[in-house]
Amino acid sequence: MSEPLQRPKRKNPILATRLPKEPPSARSRAALGLTSAAAYGRFELQVCAACGTVQYPPREACHQCLSTALVWTPQSDSGELLTETLVRHSMELFFRERAPWRVGMVRLPSGPTVIAYLHADCPPPPAAVRIEAALDRAGQAVLVALPADGRTRLADDPKLRDMTCDPRFRKVLVTDAKSPVGQAVVKAAVAAGADLVWAGYAEAWKKTPGFEDLKDIPQVALIPLDVTDSRSVHEAAGEIGFKVDILINTADYHRTYGIFDRPGVETAQAEMEVNCIGLLRLAQEFAPVMRARGADGPSSAVAWVNLLSIYALSNFPPHGTYSASKAAALSLSQNLRAEMRKSGVRVINLFPGPIDDEWNQMLLPPKLAPAAVASAIMGALQGSVEDVFPGDVAQEWLARWRENPKGLERELSM
Amino acid sequence: MTAALTALIGALASGDVRIVDLTQVLSPDFPQITLPPELGQCRPFRLETVSEYDERGGGWYWNNFSCGEHTGTHFDAPIHWISGRDLPNNSTDTLPVRDFVAPACVVDCSAEAAKDADFLLTVDFLKAWEARHGRIPAGSWVLMRTDWSKHTDPVAYQNFDEEGQHTPGPDPDAVRFLVKERDVLGFGTETIGTDAGQAAHFKPPYPCHTYMHGAGKYGLQCLTNLDQLPPTGAVVIAAPLKIERGSGSPLRALALVPKAA
Repeated sequence: MSEPLQRPKRKNPILATRLPKEPPSARSRAALGLTSAAAYGRFELQVCAACGTVQYPPREACHQCLSTALVWTPQSDSGELLTETLVRHSMELFFRERAPWRVGMVRLPSGPTVIAYLHADCPPPPAAVRIEAALDRAGQAVLVALPADGRTRLADDPKLRDMTCDPRFRKVLVTDAKSPVGQAVVKAAVAAGADLVWAGYAEAWKKTPGFEDLKDIPQVALIPLDVTDSRSVHEAAGEIGFKVDILINTADYHRTYGIFDRPGVETAQAEMEVNCIGLLRLAQEFAPVMRARGADGPSSAVAWVNLLSIYALSNFPPHGTYSASKAAALSLSQNLRAEMRKSGVRVINLFPGPIDDEWNQMLLPPKLAPAAVASAIMGALQGSVEDVFPGDVAQEWLARWRENPKGLERELSM
Repeated sequence: MTAALTALIGALASGDVRIVDLTQVLSPDFPQITLPPELGQCRPFRLETVSEYDERGGGWYWNNFSCGEHTGTHFDAPIHWISGRDLPNNSTDTLPVRDFVAPACVVDCSAEAAKDADFLLTVDFLKAWEARHGRIPAGSWVLMRTDWSKHTDPVAYQNFDEEGQHTPGPDPDAVRFLVKERDVLGFGTETIGTDAGQAAHFKPPYPCHTYMHGAGKYGLQCLTNLDQLPPTGAVVIAAPLKIERGSGSPLRALALVPKAA
């Protein structure tokens, strides 16, 4: 058994901070299929529509029959570890810094044999294992073999912990801790073992029920932060930016209007100001130092989480202007993800369906409890994903969107 | 230059007339009026740098700012309220400019407001003030001094609890008295509105806005330094921005105060 993660020692201030290095990130266009599935938390391989061969590694054509009709298909997570080796040397800076690496070959029940990292708790071959498609620090899919018990987590292995963004022993900023979701996220981060959770608050004179209680949690520190105010964001970043390992942007402005429900643009501007430009302000102030700290020891800067909405994928006309602001935020988050990529800091987007709050009071269930949103965020951080779609509504919309975006748009307009 | 203006310039130079700034700093930290969240909202003051001697403009520093017409220390024109919407010359671009310079009566309610955040200025209180300082002249500002501007913490300044805001203001009869019996120019406060924090529950709701603007009178709010003004004798310079069909505007409000005060 790997040792449970111990509290990392404080940083030795006379030593230079390790700079982020990327694991090799080049992939063919075909191989990106593995990454795009892993980003959603899925393990998929190409299956040939002509002859049924399951193919690994991914290629442009079937290695059996040369058909190009290859369909990315979810795979079973079971496998058999055939052999292992310890890689002690690499010319890649990322591997060199962290050598040695335990790797092995795993035969999948569907046929192919894959190369996988071996979790520290993985028994020696031959052994039954569980295969997980994870994202490495370059954001590319890699395969990991874990014990078949189903309980072992990536983060239990100190080396593979890098593939997660585990909040344990880390410092977390929740940008808006006043909303019900914000409060739930603060509590969930504490429960997940965060050392310190900064709870951001704007407009202190508006006393939100429950917010004051956060003060009583020892790991929580309140910090003024208004994402609509450039100076406020600048000051907060100056104060704590160099200590933030995980930024969770819960700031959200939600009103329920389409184009004709409300004259004027003032409400839509306010939505855009918080949901999109607020993200830009946070990114400009907090992301540069997080990028520089992407390999800063066991508690490096590691993740940036955006609370988007399933409405970011396709406009939900009754909440039309809100949908537009979330679509804009989604686009900006992709920009941020691209610019954070080299640092290894992962940008995670959450696409919840309707949350059970005052702005969705006219929607029928199912609606997500704020605690369920918080739990999905913690699950994403502890795991190895980029895009999370918590709840039944989000899952259903996602499936329809992947299959036929135009069809979803049309259905939502009826 | 006429003798009057020459005398004024001389008095300013000699210090016989002092200029008091009645204006709060326009800052993102200054709170804006708070309405139920489903209603349209007044934008708070926000500042975005255009360039600061940098690649965005090498030799100069400047900002874009945004705010509502009713942000910071600001002027309310009659068109602001539905009761004043059909009056002639009721918006910031059409108001008579002679109204922008006017005498002020300062009613000191600071002791009462310190004891009771919901303190209401009454007709009796005004009559008692007149007994000491003389009748409120027609065409003058009535400024309610509460020292509320000394609450520099926005939480204390806004003073919300679960039943809303608790800040002092005039009661409906006092407003009617000032409008009908004294024909004042307008009413000014140190709080975020000319009406009391709980005025949504008065009869009528927001009496100061309703009666003052309905009669073509003005409002000034978020004033400061009223404690530096004499009960009578100060002259207020309060000129809103000339916004086309504007309902009000942030402004630099000043008072000319005689030395003897």
